[in-house]
Amino acid sequence: MIRLGLAALLSHWRRNPWQLATLIAGLALATALWSGVQAINAEARASYDRAADVVTGSGLEQITRVDGQALSTVEYVALRRLGWQVSPVLEGTLPGTDLRLLGIDPLTLPQPASSDGAPQSPLDAGAQEAGEAAVFLHPDDVGLFDGLDVTLRPQPERARGTALTDIAVAHRLLDAPGQITRLLLDPARPVGLPPLPPEYLRSPPAQGNDVARLTESFHLNLTAFGLLSFAVGIFIAYGAVGLAFEQRRPVFRTLRALGVPLRQLMVLLAAELGVFALLAGAFGVALGYVIAAALLPDVAATLRGLYGAEITGGLQLRPVWWLSGLGMALAGTGLAGAAALIKLAKLPLLSFNHPRAMSMHATAAARWLALAALGLFAAGLTLAVLGQGLFAGFGLLGCLLIGAAFLLPAALSAGLTLAGRWHRGPLAEWFWADSRQQLPGLSMALMALLLAMAANIGVSTMVSSFRLTFTGYLDQRLASELYLRAETPAQAAEMMAFLETEQVTVLPIVWQDLRIAGLPAEIYGIRDHVTYRENWPLLEAVPEVWDRLAAGEGALINEQLARRNGLWPGDRLQTGDLILGVYGDYGNAAGQIVISRSAFTARYPDVTLLRFGLRTETPDALAARIEARFDLAPDALINQADLKAFSLSVFERTFAVTAALNALTLSVAGLALLIGLLTLASLRLPQLAPVWALGLTRRHLAGLELLRALCLAAMTAALALPLGLALAWVLLAVVNVEAFGWRLPMYLFPLDYARLGALTLLAATVAAAWPALRLARTPPDRLLRVFSNER
Amino acid sequence: MVLDICNLVKRYDPAAEPVLRDVSFAMAPGETLALEGESGSGKSTLLHLVAGLDRASGGQITVDGTDITALADGALAQMRRSTVGLIFQQFNLIPSLTVEKNIAFQARLAGRFDPDWAAHLAETIGLADHLQSYPETLSGGQQQRVAIARALAAKPRLLLADEPTGNLDEATADTVLQLMLDSAAETGTALLMVTHSPRQAARMQRRLHLSHGVVQPLESAA
Repeated sequence: MIRLGLAALLSHWRRNPWQLATLIAGLALATALWSGVQAINAEARASYDRAADVVTGSGLEQITRVDGQALSTVEYVALRRLGWQVSPVLEGTLPGTDLRLLGIDPLTLPQPASSDGAPQSPLDAGAQEAGEAAVFLHPDDVGLFDGLDVTLRPQPERARGTALTDIAVAHRLLDAPGQITRLLLDPARPVGLPPLPPEYLRSPPAQGNDVARLTESFHLNLTAFGLLSFAVGIFIAYGAVGLAFEQRRPVFRTLRALGVPLRQLMVLLAAELGVFALLAGAFGVALGYVIAAALLPDVAATLRGLYGAEITGGLQLRPVWWLSGLGMALAGTGLAGAAALIKLAKLPLLSFNHPRAMSMHATAAARWLALAALGLFAAGLTLAVLGQGLFAGFGLLGCLLIGAAFLLPAALSAGLTLAGRWHRGPLAEWFWADSRQQLPGLSMALMALLLAMAANIGVSTMVSSFRLTFTGYLDQRLASELYLRAETPAQAAEMMAFLETEQVTVLPIVWQDLRIAGLPAEIYGIRDHVTYRENWPLLEAVPEVWDRLAAGEGALINEQLARRNGLWPGDRLQTGDLILGVYGDYGNAAGQIVISRSAFTARYPDVTLLRFGLRTETPDALAARIEARFDLAPDALINQADLKAFSLSVFERTFAVTAALNALTLSVAGLALLIGLLTLASLRLPQLAPVWALGLTRRHLAGLELLRALCLAAMTAALALPLGLALAWVLLAVVNVEAFGWRLPMYLFPLDYARLGALTLLAATVAAAWPALRLARTPPDRLLRVFSNER
Repeated sequence: MVLDICNLVKRYDPAAEPVLRDVSFAMAPGETLALEGESGSGKSTLLHLVAGLDRASGGQITVDGTDITALADGALAQMRRSTVGLIFQQFNLIPSLTVEKNIAFQARLAGRFDPDWAAHLAETIGLADHLQSYPETLSGGQQQRVAIARALAAKPRLLLADEPTGNLDEATADTVLQLMLDSAAETGTALLMVTHSPRQAARMQRRLHLSHGVVQPLESAA
């Protein structure tokens, strides 16, 4: 009986191979978008972990100075004498490069794990290597050490852009003799230690490494997009499963009438769906790999440009994402097939399809959905008012999007009723009433379209608002016409002397790395100059902020530092500085502090000045004279335009992935609409045939079908606009603040929305064209079969 | 003549025997005619050809003075709207429209809607109290009455009915047929009805029997 039942069920797919292809394609696309994003995330996290092994020593408690300054060897020895089992680490940027050099002391470094499974220090492996007093680095970074007297040990498994060595070598290479960035605390220290002197700060072990913490929000963004794409893909699967169920309804009845038990029929149907899910899942995972491989370079560029995080190595087939992909395919099929299984369980043996009865049933369902939508909106409002953090932001987004999708059938039904009241004439009345009747069959596809469009409007508004703000910000912030970098302090002094003779305004760029609230930050010392007073984008400030900054009364901080730590003008930083103002600092996730040049020099006397901003009215001529006078590295002299172009390219790549996912999601929604329309087309011939018989041509009917799809798409687009703008607001005012640390003003882009609307109507036309064309070409004898008495 | 069929031939497959061969007959205004025959004899095919729903393979069909075999799709649709009324066994009402709008639908399409006539028809068929109902809330007999009212609302010259009582019980079938005959008589509409029922056929003025694609006259009691 099982074999016969299965054969009867599967015969449907043999006769409808395109439908099977659609189901597999929908599930595979959903799985591909999800597992592609997961693959990218898994690869990035693996890279952070590799980098963490040598860069940060996370997992160990650390001791730094409260004022953010470097520790000295004397302080280190004093702490050791007090009984504190600490190990020194010097971290810095190799002069003239962007390479992060980490110096450690292998002798005092916390020891490897014991055999009882105690946690291992991530520095263990590096410690043993560093004992050789060589520099261990990625082969690509070897060239950065040209001309330096040091032994290099290239290792492909090292993270690119970081190098590890003995602290003595690091002292020499970083030109920081006796300095220590931080002290690592041995977890196996004795009890009863004397208290830590107040000038030191003891930081707990980080949950993850710094890079992972900084980029967490970015990956959460990607995951959210992956989920949205998955949801849209599931709409396709739902449509295909629903269509197959409707078409096989008589087969189910017949099988049951012939004695196949309901439970067995349901098991057969579930098994059939399970097999399809596994097939589609495997195909989707493979496709996801291709998508991830295509997007990974852009993601890597984004992470490098925005967070300084490196993704090394190629894409690997990690079980975590391909298993999650298969799991999602099964879960998605379960979701898509659940409705069909429930319908099957409730299917009476004797029943007739009454289109309007089904429509009435759908109207009641739409009412319940609308109520659920109101509940979701209320939950979203609560999250907006009371919630905090990125998860609250995404929770709000979820409530908003799902609520709007649930509300769509009721809203469209109301819109169609209203339109029906405005239009008189038999065809118009039939058109609107019939459209309302088709809503249940199309509502899933229209929901997918609504979500995809809203996401598109929301994200494009965010990106375009960001672009406008960022461009303006670059114009203000990058005010110097030229940026010059010296290789050595001696060359810097020569340059200063030269620039003095050229009567050029020099804005020194000098900074020191430090940690604020456990995260890396930078402190800058700037001279008092009209360039800053006129151009810096201050978001909040105390009165006479620039005079007070010049007098050394406090500091300015960037927006991300302010928001992350809840620090605003009038508050004090852990360095003791009074906050005088907060400035916008887009395109950078790390915290930044700005103090006066004199205060900086007093605090960090050893930091040498190597970079300058130059104000001149003849940048090209001055650049030529500098290049003639000094033997400069290729990137030592940068003009403002190049810097802006570079910053904008980082920005563009930051959102290239989002744009790609956006386009994929919209395409999937278009496919969902096509499947929805094809589903209806195959079911509604009995409804169209009488209208044809009463005096309409097939072409006329096909035209009306096309118009119906366009009207529904246009109404959905009209509803997607406010939803998309609400989404943009949440992205800009909640998610971005949590993810990147800055809040942007929201701008509107009516032309972009009009273009997207036109694109949607075009997609709807393309999607409706095939079913309409099929209707226009339906042979009369097929329509006549509807009236056949000997059916 | 409101309908004149001359040497009508219909083949679905050029290699096979024709479904209809050299069928010829005519109908005068107000005349009622029953078309009988076994299942698969071509009755519905003949009706569909007369309604302009299908194309003939040969011969001529003249409806109200127009040879419809030469008409394009658009003109055929126009002819169906304005000249012909159709009644099907499965009723084929439009489920998304109320009874009132179903009745008015074809007449309004034809641009010949007369509200008084539509109200009279609704009264006559006994559904004046159900005008705002939707078709699926009505019984089979009621739905068929709505279909008859819809077909007559446009005051067609020719009423074509394909086993209109095939789905109804005997008593209801008699009522519905009487309604069709009365309405047709009132408007001077010719009625061509396909039926399996000799009892129903006997109430028509003329009877034709279709067998293996050939039509032969039968005697009628009416």
